[in-house]
Amino acid sequence: MDLRWPRRRRWLAGAGALALLAAGGAAAGTAAAGGGGTAVHRTDAMLSGAGGVRLDTSYFTAGGTGRRPAVLLGHGFGGSKADVRGQAESLARHGYAVLTWSARGFGASTGTIGLNAPDGEVADVSRLVDWLAARPEVRLDAPGDPRVGVSGVSYGGAISLLAAGYDHRVDAIAPRETYWNLADALFPNDVYKKLWSGIFFSSGSAALPGAAAGTSPGTSPRAASGAAPDPLCGRFAPTICALYQRVATSGSPDAAAREQLEALSPSAVASRIKVPALIVQGQTDSLFTLAQSDAMAKAIRANGAPVAVDWIAGGHDGGDTEDGRIDRRVTAWFDHYLKGATGTGTGPAFRVTRTGGLNSTDGSVVLRGAEGDSYPGLEGTTARRITLTGREQRITNPAGGAPPAISALPGAGSLSALSSLGASLSLDVPGQYAQFDSAPLTAGTHLTGAPTVTLRVATDAPDAVLFGKLYDVSPGGKSTLPAALAAPVRVQGSPSGTAVTLQLPAVDHDFAAGHRMRLVLATTDLGYASPAAPSAMTVSLLSPELTVPLDSALGDDAAALPWWAWALPPLALLAAAALLLTGRRRVRPRPADPALAAVPLQITGLSKRYAKSADRYAVRDLSFRVEPGQVLGLLGPNGAGKTTTLRMLMGLIRPDDGEIRVFGEAVRPGAPVLSRLGAFVEGAGFLPHLTGRANLELYWQATGRPPQDARMAEALEIAGLGEALERAVRTYSQGMRQRLAIAQAMLGLPDLLILDEPTNGLDPPQIREMREVLIRYAAAGRTVIVSSHLLAEVEQSCTHLVVMDRGRLVTAGPVADIVGSADTVLVGVDGEVPQSVVDKVGELPGVSTAVREEDGLLAVLDGLTSAQFVAELVRLGVPVARVGPHRRLEDAFLTLIGGSA
Amino acid sequence: MSTAPPAAVPSPPSSPAAAAGYRPGRTLRLRVEARRQLRRRRTMIVAALLAALPFILIIAFAIGGTPKEGRNGPTLIDTATASGANFAATCLFVSAGFVLVVPVALFCGDTVASEAGWSSLRYLLAAPVPRTRLLGVKLAVALGFSAVALVLLPAVALVAGTVAYGWGDLELPTGGALASGDALPRLAVAVVYIFVSQLVTAALAFWLSTKTDAPLGAVGGAVGLTIVGNVLDAVTALGSWRDVLPAHWQFSWADALQPSLEWSGMLQGASVSVSYAIVLTALAFRGFRTKDVVS
Repeated sequence: MDLRWPRRRRWLAGAGALALLAAGGAAAGTAAAGGGGTAVHRTDAMLSGAGGVRLDTSYFTAGGTGRRPAVLLGHGFGGSKADVRGQAESLARHGYAVLTWSARGFGASTGTIGLNAPDGEVADVSRLVDWLAARPEVRLDAPGDPRVGVSGVSYGGAISLLAAGYDHRVDAIAPRETYWNLADALFPNDVYKKLWSGIFFSSGSAALPGAAAGTSPGTSPRAASGAAPDPLCGRFAPTICALYQRVATSGSPDAAAREQLEALSPSAVASRIKVPALIVQGQTDSLFTLAQSDAMAKAIRANGAPVAVDWIAGGHDGGDTEDGRIDRRVTAWFDHYLKGATGTGTGPAFRVTRTGGLNSTDGSVVLRGAEGDSYPGLEGTTARRITLTGREQRITNPAGGAPPAISALPGAGSLSALSSLGASLSLDVPGQYAQFDSAPLTAGTHLTGAPTVTLRVATDAPDAVLFGKLYDVSPGGKSTLPAALAAPVRVQGSPSGTAVTLQLPAVDHDFAAGHRMRLVLATTDLGYASPAAPSAMTVSLLSPELTVPLDSALGDDAAALPWWAWALPPLALLAAAALLLTGRRRVRPRPADPALAAVPLQITGLSKRYAKSADRYAVRDLSFRVEPGQVLGLLGPNGAGKTTTLRMLMGLIRPDDGEIRVFGEAVRPGAPVLSRLGAFVEGAGFLPHLTGRANLELYWQATGRPPQDARMAEALEIAGLGEALERAVRTYSQGMRQRLAIAQAMLGLPDLLILDEPTNGLDPPQIREMREVLIRYAAAGRTVIVSSHLLAEVEQSCTHLVVMDRGRLVTAGPVADIVGSADTVLVGVDGEVPQSVVDKVGELPGVSTAVREEDGLLAVLDGLTSAQFVAELVRLGVPVARVGPHRRLEDAFLTLIGGSA
Repeated sequence: MSTAPPAAVPSPPSSPAAAAGYRPGRTLRLRVEARRQLRRRRTMIVAALLAALPFILIIAFAIGGTPKEGRNGPTLIDTATASGANFAATCLFVSAGFVLVVPVALFCGDTVASEAGWSSLRYLLAAPVPRTRLLGVKLAVALGFSAVALVLLPAVALVAGTVAYGWGDLELPTGGALASGDALPRLAVAVVYIFVSQLVTAALAFWLSTKTDAPLGAVGGAVGLTIVGNVLDAVTALGSWRDVLPAHWQFSWADALQPSLEWSGMLQGASVSVSYAIVLTALAFRGFRTKDVVS
C-alpha cells in the first residue's frame, strides 16, 4: 500500500482550490481600477496665454525621451486642470505628452471668462501648442507644428472644436458633452433655458477659492484684486456678463445676444474644422442636447473628416457618463489618428448606450451598447409614421409661468436613466397642456432620433411658448418621459393659428408593443423662461402623423460581463479536475488469483493504524485463511481488532498494508466481489422511518440484483418478526433490529456471511436457534464468520477459530485443536493460591503458561505430562483438589492471550 | 428467530468475481434512492411548510389589508395582491433569502450524513454500491428534491394567489407591468436562477455531509456559512471583492421581473455559484472516495 497524504495536506488542497477561485474574482475586481505601471512625470508651470494672461498648466510625460504625439486636455466649466489629471496620467502612460491647463478665469489662471473667445481662450490654446512644439519629446509634423490632439468635456470640449477651427496645427479632436452653437444651446427655438443658464453663469461668477485668496469673506469684493471687480459678474468678461444679465432679466433672448453667442461658437468656424472628430454626447442632457452633436457631426463630416458619434447614457443632467469607456475610446481615437496606429480600431461610427435594466444586486442600471456602421443623424435610417388622435384643445399659459411643468432637472439625470424602468419625475399641470395619443402600438418601436410633428397654434397673445414632449404610456396608464427631455418652441401669436413644425427631443427609447405614444404640449417648464403674461391658446394637430425616426442598422451588443464571469467556471473545472486527479491514490488493480477462487477468505499481512494514533496498530500483520464450509469464530477481547478487520473485509476502510482476498479477488472499496458477501457488522443500519419489510426490500433494490435472487421469504423467516415487519423500524427493540439486520445480511444467501456479535440482545432460545441457523448455513458449503467475545457461544457453533489480541493473531485452527488440547490442564485448588505460587508454576520447566483462575489455576503444558505436572504442584505445596483437561474455550482463550485481558 | 431455519440451502455456485446479476451501474438507482428519502419526516415537513407559506401570507394580507408602499421605496411586497403572478413573485421575494436556503441545505446536507448516522451507509457501501455512484445518486436526488421544493412554493403561490387575487399582469414595483403571458416565463427564469444560485449552498452542505456523521452539523454548517456570506456582503468596504461572494447575487433573480429582462447579474451570480459548487462537489468526491467509513 502506498503512502497517504497527511490529512493537513488534503485540507490545504481544498483550501487552495477555493483560494484560487476567490483570487480569480479579486483580480477581476482590481483589474478595472488598476492603472499602475510606469511612473508619470508631472511639471507644473504658469505659461503665457494670449494678451499677457498667465495660464496654470501641468505637463505629463512618462517613459523614455523619444518624440511622441501631444494631447491637450481641457476641463469643464467651473473646474480646473485638476479635474483631468487622471485621464492625463493615463494618456501619458500610454505614450503621449499631455498638457492640461486651467482656462483663463478658472483655477489659478488669470484673465476673465470669455466663453471660449477667439482672441481669448482659443488664442491661449495656440500659445500652448507653440509651447508644445518647442518640447524636445513632442513629435513634430513640421517645425513649430506638433502632432497634437485636443479633448475635453463640456467647456473643454468646445475649446477642442474651436482650436481645430482656428489653429490648423490641431490634428484630431474628441469633444465630449459640448455645444456646437451656444445660442441654440441656451436659447433653443428662441426660448431662454433659464435654469441651466443660471447654473452655468453662477458657477463662473462665484468667487473661487483660488481667485479670492487674500479676500476674507467679510470684505468687499472691491477690495480684492482688480481681476474680480464686480460682485455680480465674478470672473466673467464684462460683455458676457452684460449679455447674461440682459437675457436673464427679460426672459427672452434678443438678436444681439444670439449673434454674440454664435460668434463664440464652434459653428462660427464650421467649415474650418477638418480633423478627425470623436463626438461624445449625453442622452440625459438638457443643456447640450443630441441636436448639438448632430449639427457638429454633420458639419465636420461635410468637411471630409472622419467622424464617430457616441451617445452616452448620462449627460449634464446626471447619470452615468461612462468615463472609463469613453476615456479608453478617446485614447484609441488618438492612437489611430495621432500615433498613426492604423491597426487600432476607432470603434463604431455610431454607438448608442442603452439601459438594459436594473441590476437588483447593487441598484445600478445595466448599460449595453448598440452599434451602427454609420451615423444616421436625428432623422434615422428610416421613419415610422404613427397616427395621433386628439381634437383641438384649449390651454392656458399661467401668469408668471407658475406652476411650471417639470421635465429635465439638472442632477436628476440618473433618475431619467431609469425612465425605461418606469421611474419618472415628469409632471404636467392640468389645464396647461394638450395631449395627443396614439393607438396602442401593434409592434415595438425603437425610436432613435428626434420625432417631428406639425401643429397649429392659435392665440391672441403676441407670442406663445410650448414645450413638446413624447411620453411612453404603458397599458396600465403609467407614463414615462424618455430621458426627461422637452423641446421648447416659440410661436408667433396669431388668432387664426400658426403652423409649427416641432422637432421633439432626440432620444433613444424603445416603445414596447401595446404601449402608446403620447404627445404633450405644455405651456410651462421649470427649466425654461415662458412668457410671464397670462394667455390662452388652442392647439391642434395640423397633420395627425408623428414621424418617428428609427435606426434599423443598430445592432445591440450584449451587456458586457466582467471577464471573470466567463473565466470562473472553467477555472473551477480545472480546480475540480486537479482535486480529483491528485486525490486519487495510485492503487494498482490487483489481479484475481485463480488459485484462491474457491477460498472464501484469505488475509495476508494485514495492518491498519487509524489516523489519530500514529503508533498504535488496530490490526498488525494479521494473516489467516478460511475454507468453504467453515463456521469461523473470530475471537478476541474488546479492542482486539476484530471489527476493524471486518470493516476492511467489507471495503469500508483501507488497510495500511497487506491484502484481503475474497474468492481470489482483492477487496477494495466497492469491489464487485463484495456482492458475494453478506455482512452484519457493529449493529443494525436501517432507515428508521421505513418498515422492516420496506427496509429489506429497498436494501435489496439498492444492490441492483434481480428480486427473485433475494430469497426474501427465507430471510424474513429467520428474522421471525411476524407482524412487526410492517411497523417502522424506529419502533423496534434492540433484539428485533438485530434479527432484521441478520436477515438483511442473509438476503441473497451470500457465499460468505459475516456476523459481528450476532447474539447481542437475543434471548437464550433465540441464541440456540441462531446457532442452528449458522451450522445449517455452512453445511451447504457456504462459509460463515462469526466474531464474538462471548466465547462459550462461539465454542458451540464454530468449526474453526481465529483468536486475536491487541491487533495480532494469537492462534488459528479447528475448535477442537484449540479447546480440546490435552496440554491445557485445569487444576482445582482448595482456597486461594498466592500469585507468587502461580508464577513459580509458570516457571516450571515443561510448562508454557500458568494463569490463576477463579477457583484454581490453568496451565498449558509443554513437555510435562499431567501426572508429572500434578507431582510438581504438590511439590510446590499447591493444595490440589482436582485435575482435569480443560474444556472451556474461555479458559483456553484466557490462557492463549496470557491472562492479561 | 424462526423455529424453522432454511431447510435446504442450495450450494454456492462456482466462484465468479461477483454475485449473479450484480452490476455496479445498476446499484442504488435514482428511483430507489428517491423512495428511500421520500417518506422521511423532514421531507414531508419541508413540503408542508413550503406549501403552507403562501396561504399564511394570504391570511396575513387579508388581516393586514392591502400593502402600502414602504418607507424604503417600493418593493415587491407593495404589489403582492395585484395578481396571482404578483403574489408568486412576492412569495419568492420573502423566501429567497432564507426560507428557500434551508430545504436545499437540508436535502443536500443530510443525505450522506444521515445514512452515516443510521449506520446504513456501511451496508450500502458493502452491498456494494460504488462510492462515486453513491455520491452521484445521492447528490442528484438531493438536488432533485431541492428543485421540487423551489418550484413548489411559487407554484402553490401562483395557484393560490390567482384564486385569491385573480389572474392578471405582473405589476412591477418600479412602475410598469409585465403582461400575464410574459410573467410566467419570467417567473420560471427567476425560479431557475434561484435554483442555480443555491447550488453553492447545496454543494457546501453536501461536502459537509460527507465529512460528518451529524446531519444537523452539515445542514447547520451550510446555513451558517450562507449567513456569514450575507454578513460579508453587507460590508460595502469590501468593494469588488463582494462580487465573488455567492450571497452578493442572491437577489439577482429580481432582474427577471422588470420590463426588459436583464441577464448580466444572473449570469454573474450563476458563474459564481456554479464555480463554487463545482469545487465543493469535487472536494466531496475527493474526500469520500478514500474515506475510512467507521460510522
